[in-house]
Amino acid sequence: MASSMLSLGSTSLLPREFIKDKLKLGASGSNTFLKAKSFSRVTMSVAAVKPSRFEGITMAPPDPILGVSEAFKADTNELKLNLGVGAYRTEELQPYVLNVVKKAENLMLERGDNKEYLPIEGLAAFNKATAELLFGAGHPVIKEQKVATIQGLSGTGSLRLAAALIERYFPGAKVLISAPTWGNHKNIFNDAKVPWSEYRYYDPKTIGLDFEGMIADIKEAPEGSFILLHGCAHNPTGIDPTPEQWVKIADVIQEKNHIPFFDVAYQGFASGSLDEDASSVRLFAERGMEFFVAQSYSKNLGLYAERIGAINVVCSSADAATRVKSQLKRIARPMYSNPPVHGARIVANVVGDAAMFNEWKAEMEMMAGRIKTVRQKLYDSLVSKDKSGKDWSFILKQIGMFSFTGLNKAQSDNMTNKWHVYMTKDGRISLAGLSMAKCEYLADAIIDSYHNVS
Amino acid sequence: MAMRIRNLASRRTMMMNSSPISGLRSMSSSWWKNVEPAPKDPILGVTEAFLADPSPDKVNVGVGAYRDDNGKPVVLDCVREAERRIAGTSFMEYLPMGGSVKMVEETLKLAYGDNSEFVKDKRIAAVQSLSGTGACRLFADFQKRFCPGSQIYIPVPTWSNHHNIWRDAQVPQKTYHYYHPETKGLDFKGLMDDVKNAPEGSFFLLHACAHNPTGVDPTEEQWREISQLFKAKNHFAFFDMAYQGFASGDPARDAKSIRIFLEDGHHIGISQSYAKNMGLYGQRVGCLSVLCENEKQAVTVKSQLQQLARPMYSNPPLHGAQIVSTILGDPELKSLWLKEVKIMADRIIGMRTTLRESLEKLGSPLSWEHVTKQIGMFCYSGLTPEQVDRLTSEYHIYMTRNGRISMAGVTTGNVGYLANAIHEVTKSS
Repeated sequence: MASSMLSLGSTSLLPREFIKDKLKLGASGSNTFLKAKSFSRVTMSVAAVKPSRFEGITMAPPDPILGVSEAFKADTNELKLNLGVGAYRTEELQPYVLNVVKKAENLMLERGDNKEYLPIEGLAAFNKATAELLFGAGHPVIKEQKVATIQGLSGTGSLRLAAALIERYFPGAKVLISAPTWGNHKNIFNDAKVPWSEYRYYDPKTIGLDFEGMIADIKEAPEGSFILLHGCAHNPTGIDPTPEQWVKIADVIQEKNHIPFFDVAYQGFASGSLDEDASSVRLFAERGMEFFVAQSYSKNLGLYAERIGAINVVCSSADAATRVKSQLKRIARPMYSNPPVHGARIVANVVGDAAMFNEWKAEMEMMAGRIKTVRQKLYDSLVSKDKSGKDWSFILKQIGMFSFTGLNKAQSDNMTNKWHVYMTKDGRISLAGLSMAKCEYLADAIIDSYHNVS
Repeated sequence: MAMRIRNLASRRTMMMNSSPISGLRSMSSSWWKNVEPAPKDPILGVTEAFLADPSPDKVNVGVGAYRDDNGKPVVLDCVREAERRIAGTSFMEYLPMGGSVKMVEETLKLAYGDNSEFVKDKRIAAVQSLSGTGACRLFADFQKRFCPGSQIYIPVPTWSNHHNIWRDAQVPQKTYHYYHPETKGLDFKGLMDDVKNAPEGSFFLLHACAHNPTGVDPTEEQWREISQLFKAKNHFAFFDMAYQGFASGDPARDAKSIRIFLEDGHHIGISQSYAKNMGLYGQRVGCLSVLCENEKQAVTVKSQLQQLARPMYSNPPLHGAQIVSTILGDPELKSLWLKEVKIMADRIIGMRTTLRESLEKLGSPLSWEHVTKQIGMFCYSGLTPEQVDRLTSEYHIYMTRNGRISMAGVTTGNVGYLANAIHEVTKSS
């Protein structure tokens, strides 16, 4: 394997034999600068230096989502179940690296790609692939170059770029976010200094969509507001509008001259089909509207840790798209200069090869399929164990990685404290972390928490 | 800027007063009418222009990315080996918000020393960052949030993106004297005067070694004097160390300025990057650290740094961090790395000598002593913007308009051509 290194325009500094012989190169040289006596000098000096200017800084609260995994890790009970963070698990509750990802990485290793800086906007092959995945390869907005696409640091980073653009070019404009929404949305708009308010979304009475409330709130917002929409597989509720409802949402947004802002973190993960899951976005593109779309490959390609995503801005002209892209770059440069290359190359390789692309689609169908199966099993377990007659069908109606159980904070705490089931306090469980084997246990926990805790 | 905002405001008022029918905006108008094209980034724009040039003679001495003597990008052997070892071993799960613990541990050793008591006492708040840019930006945001009235003193000149970073973090900037055009060296007196005259407790950005863009570093004695004056003024020193190992070839020696400040009892901040010294440019791997009074404060400060990172990118990328911790965690690989860093630094030092000698041989009326006195990847040539433009238009030589030459792009193959071109545009000055 060591001999098959085909470098793409990159070389080694040392002759190959040198490394293969693993010459003993000797110690790198001990640190001679911190002499023993400097310790006492330092302590004396510390006493003389004024109190820290960071004295008044208080501890930041643990992240409500990422903090759950940390608590789970600390729990020693063998019944424990992690339904916190939305990261896919196999039936054996192991993380899953997609086969196509392994293939792509091996290809990259064999090719010996260099590690040069990407341009600020990211890897061109990735940007092309991601826009085509979202809109469809032949779509007019792509053919007419009306989409400004730049690679971002997964969904979070892409959302943040868009938020910064909004702050800069639409000072005072508000973003409307669903009640509830992914916890980090608020942080992003807060740190970008973009004011936000909520539109009604989740109806606790039906454990479904409060469609009238949603439409009314969007209608009431000042003209030209930004409306944050989840493209599919709403996080945290799992409740998506129906196709008919999407049409009405598009109508009211157009009527009020609002700007749609899609967060697409689960394309392919909701229904198992990349195209089907993009239908809400494509509906809006058909209308000729200008809008934002943030994308993430954390879940659908399992590339969580590599931080790969994109921000797309659909504009009414190629000229506008060029200008917008240049300004997005100007925001990215002082944040991180240029995005990380590894995840982008993986995506570009997978999407760019027909065989790997098909394999990816199959793996995605498998992952989405496992979640649908587990939903069914959970529902069946609840129905057979719960004699109260409560309607649990919302579990089947919801879609994607998450389910909003309808449990309140106290009940969610009971899930954790009594049953060692880790979830977020808003009642969200990640079905991606649930195995068939654990469905009955979970059903017991939910029934107990729902009926015996208020 | 202000005009753009006023135009937007009046446009919005117009819109709100009109009837809200669909098609209010015709298909040809756009929300983005008032978005102007952004100017090209002065550094990264150079490479773009270079790539677009069809001339076979073209030379890129713009962006600071190392090239070997054939002008090719290099992937270090220690990096390739690390990648082979990593392949297929990881689950790609999210890193914690603070990044890879192992990578941060190893990185702190490089900056603070292998046996640093600050590391032992857990007094350093440190998080993995998106290379040096990300570390500086996190610190700037942190400074804004927790010392809201403060400003940042930035040397003249500095890496252009420093200005963008603190500006976007909304921290007001001031400058301090640094480069002395007459000597093409350090304006030490000007620097010390500015440090003295700054209000007590000011924040200063310092380049730990291999100053970018000038290549002009204070001597060890000068660093000691700077440190003493900082103590007297209770200033905060933030070190940007993007070239550890690249200046002298010895990472420990290149951290000398930092070690002096630590010995003198300063509580500093450091931005570290593996872009150049490990050739991990595109992987975006670095570290931000802040030395605190005690462990409790370090935990607190770290939690706040994470709080800033979460709405920016949630958690940092894994791949580059894995490469770093694999290399630094293995004595053989680390040894190999140190050897490779020295090779890169030595090649640059060699090219400095060759460039200077070539210019002198051509009979240049100017002094080129600074080419070998300056250190690190860059040479501040003293060329004017007009001379730089001529180099580009007549000789297809690409560099930033401040006259900064990236010595990493100079090879035995192009040094003669480069010297000749420089001579041609400067011989009449």
